Amino acid sequence: MDGIKSYVLICGGANCTSAHKDEIVKKMKGKIKEVGLKTEVQVLPKGCFGLCEEGPIFVVYPEGVFYSHVQASDINEIVVEHLLNGRIVDRLLYKGIVGKNIVTSLNDSKIYKKQTRIVLKNCGVINPENIDEYIAYDGYMALGKVLTEMTSEEVVEVIRKSGLRGRGGGGFPTGLKWSFAAKAEGKQKYVLCNADEGDPGAFMDRSVLEGDPHSVIEAMAIAGYAIGGSQGYIYIRAEYPLAIKRLEIAIEQAREYGLLGENIFDSGFNFDVELRLGAGAFICGEETALIASIEGERGMPRNKPPFPAIKGLWGMPTILNNVETYANISQIILKGVDWFRSIGTEKSPGTKVFALGGKISNTGLVEIPIGTKLREIIFDIGGGIPNGKEFKAVQTGGPSGGCITSDHLDVEIDYETLIELGSMMGSGGMIVMDEDNCMVDIARFFLDFTVDESCGKCTPCREGTKRMLEILEKITTGNGEAEDLVKLERLAYVIKDTSLCGLGQTAPNPVLSTLKYYEDEYKAHVFENRCPAGYCHELIQYFVADDCKGCSKCVSVCPVGAISGVIKQQHTIDDDKCIKCGECLEICPFDIIIKK
Amino acid sequence: MVKITINGVKVEFPKKFTILQACRELKIDIPTLCYDERVKPQSTCRLCVVEVEGMRNLRPSCSTQIDEDMKIYTHSDRVIEARKEILRLLIANHPLDCLTCEKAGDCKLQDYCYEYDVKESGFVGAKKNYLIDDSNPFYIRDMSKCIMCGNCVRVCSELQGKNILGLIGRGFETTVGAGFETQIDYSACVSCGNCVSVCPVGAIMPKSKEKFRRWEIEKVRTTCSYCGVGCQIDLLVKDDKVVGVDAADGPSNEGLLCVKGKFGFDFINHPDRLKKPLIRKKGELVESTWEEAYDLIASKINETKKRHGVDTIAGFASARCSNEENYLFQKLFRAGIGTNNVDHCARL
Ligand SMILES: Cc1cc2nc3c(=O)[nH]c(=O)nc-3n(C[C@H](O)[C@H](O)[C@H](O)COP(=O)(O)O)c2cc1C
Ligand code: SF4
Ligand code: SF4
Repeated sequence: MDGIKSYVLICGGANCTSAHKDEIVKKMKGKIKEVGLKTEVQVLPKGCFGLCEEGPIFVVYPEGVFYSHVQASDINEIVVEHLLNGRIVDRLLYKGIVGKNIVTSLNDSKIYKKQTRIVLKNCGVINPENIDEYIAYDGYMALGKVLTEMTSEEVVEVIRKSGLRGRGGGGFPTGLKWSFAAKAEGKQKYVLCNADEGDPGAFMDRSVLEGDPHSVIEAMAIAGYAIGGSQGYIYIRAEYPLAIKRLEIAIEQAREYGLLGENIFDSGFNFDVELRLGAGAFICGEETALIASIEGERGMPRNKPPFPAIKGLWGMPTILNNVETYANISQIILKGVDWFRSIGTEKSPGTKVFALGGKISNTGLVEIPIGTKLREIIFDIGGGIPNGKEFKAVQTGGPSGGCITSDHLDVEIDYETLIELGSMMGSGGMIVMDEDNCMVDIARFFLDFTVDESCGKCTPCREGTKRMLEILEKITTGNGEAEDLVKLERLAYVIKDTSLCGLGQTAPNPVLSTLKYYEDEYKAHVFENRCPAGYCHELIQYFVADDCKGCSKCVSVCPVGAISGVIKQQHTIDDDKCIKCGECLEICPFDIIIKK
Repeated sequence: MVKITINGVKVEFPKKFTILQACRELKIDIPTLCYDERVKPQSTCRLCVVEVEGMRNLRPSCSTQIDEDMKIYTHSDRVIEARKEILRLLIANHPLDCLTCEKAGDCKLQDYCYEYDVKESGFVGAKKNYLIDDSNPFYIRDMSKCIMCGNCVRVCSELQGKNILGLIGRGFETTVGAGFETQIDYSACVSCGNCVSVCPVGAIMPKSKEKFRRWEIEKVRTTCSYCGVGCQIDLLVKDDKVVGVDAADGPSNEGLLCVKGKFGFDFINHPDRLKKPLIRKKGELVESTWEEAYDLIASKINETKKRHGVDTIAGFASARCSNEENYLFQKLFRAGIGTNNVDHCARL
């Protein structure tokens, strides 16, 4: 790399990849060659920067200048102006939060400043396809330390003391899980990584695997040493081709370097990792279903106990941890328990990566200390609600979680507080809703997901979630009856109380929490045939108010020809034809069209 | 031994007992649709749930082992309500054609709905609607009646070892069928009918030639006569006629049967069935008595022995005889007649 003066880092996450990145990279390399900078500038595809709304993203080092929304047509300007002439292209700089403060360097941005990066520390910084870069950033040092200086008991003890809790949803203490498996008898023990990432909207695991695959592999080897297992499997969904490719490269490189395989660091310890691809069933993220799937069975949960730590894969002691959980391990080993415990809260140390989505200005990944207030996450980091709309609620924990209202914006987010509020941490999805979201419809949306994803094994979940969905559909289409609310609640409690696995046990949460905080919205649908948020199509009507100027603009945009009227005279909307798309309301220059 | 309290009563049971086992010992009635002690408990129906103090959710009694000082409530309001709701959910997705269903009177779903006073589901919505599969010569599968207990699947794989059946689809659309969703007759099904025996509802039923209701029949326990295994069966008898067979729990068959034992009972009532010995007289087969027949056999054996020597006689026994009968047969030949020429059709 002698003579290289600048590096251009290009976001290589799947989101940007979809935004014609390959074409842009090709063009950039071509232009660099053309202006004679080939030996001075290196173009590197990196992991996801976590700012997907802004992609494709380019960061130019050493200056740390951060360009967003780069198009193929901008390449010439960046190469000539910035790389050749040293002048920053202002026009393309990342605009930060709602355009107020223009930032040049990524680390100056408010989104990044509030964050603490442990899990995502290497994402977007190193080339994930090059093990040397990982090693340059202290990679495999923790494994070396563990194998040469620590006993397995000490490793378990450090993880236990660190207070690290599972980031896959349940928040189970990782050290405790390891200690069970370490004590369990078995001629082989297995280390599994859960990269099934099924929660809609969550993509932190993918980002880690795409941006820093070695951090997971290293942690799995450490786990193997701690519990006495020599084989690891990463169960990853086949819909993540880039993550799979990078993992394959990483595993191959680690084997070449002797960091996987036999007698690692001359310690006598053997460990290897293989990939197992999942076919995209949400239920295969549940630990026992995941194990069944690896065994070649239909991915369906099994009875617990016995827990996998005692009897897991092929009946052997097995630990399963989430990608994000593993991504913390090496740094806890290297930087120590006290450092880790200084971040986050007493009961839940460390950080959590959240995937912000929905009605929020900055969507993407944020990594923040556990215990951060919801208000900070949504308004400071997330930039608040776009289009001047009012914040209404936020759904955490995906389809297993619940919604949190504006009354709870000052709650410090951790595993326990979320459960108290009737939600859960889940994998860290955060879907923000504004005043236009109907909460009954939100519950319907999540139920629709669980009905599709229920494995069908046990009665309450298989039959019950479907009935809940049908009732919600009835209510959102204006056909709800008083007793539907009673049935809905009764079903919710029985499904929670009797389902076999976590999917069924949490599936009613979105309904219970919206019923708790927004009962009036349910009642408005059922008793007044009204959707207060103005969202449910069957319950709203579009009218042309009396002082219509007759400009006819609405007639031309209505896709179904529901509006009629003579030019310069009052127009009317035929409700039978209207599909409630709202185009007319948008176009009317006089705000005469009303939605009710 | 482990000390537990069930419904306020302190009791002791061996360590590996499940709550269900303990309850059964105590004659506490716990409803189960998917429990079959011969196969691994799957806890799919969730009807056997009980309340265990200190546990967040209700626990399936069929797969939860007892633990020291466990306090269990088998019929608390919470438990009863949950069971009722589960029954409601099951009948909401069931044809409820009990008036004409052959299984009526022997159907666990019907029995439990009666026991728990569940008259109707109260839900309106989607219902299963599958084509009936009558491709197998001996039984009919009507998956619209299936309540997804999974018993047929487990019995076919774990006990019969055939692995013909499996779950197909996901969630509400899950159903049971043969590989590649073909009709059952395209599979390697051996028609043992053990799936028929374990189905708690009328989803897999024998192709019955006779119409009968369960309460019209008398059960007669007997030993299957097809082979020497000695499987126990209950003949279902209506008006002195055998109309069906239930597998019974005998020491050698534990509730399992083969295709012959389960479905091959037609011969009993067949008009051509031989009930008396026939002797050929002047080229015609004529009905006779057992005495006459035995006398004829004995005299022929003696005659042949005298004229041609004992080793010109051989005995050939049937696999339909029991071990004991076969033992006696060779004894007759070796000790009684005096030849070692004795064999058995199962050797061929
Ligand atoms: C329906 C269901 C889906 C799940 N999906 C995932 C998943 O996609 N990824 C994950 O890491 N954990 C998932 N889990 C949680 C896992 O069962 C398991 O608890 C977790 O992977 C353990 O790792 P951790 O302790 O590091 O969090 C799911 C759980 C349930 C009940
Ligand atoms: S709760 Fe749902 S997903 Fe879990 S085992 Fe039962 S049917 Fe399957
Ligand atoms: S067919 Fe019968 S035995 Fe098989 S799953 Fe359905 S109800 Fe159970």
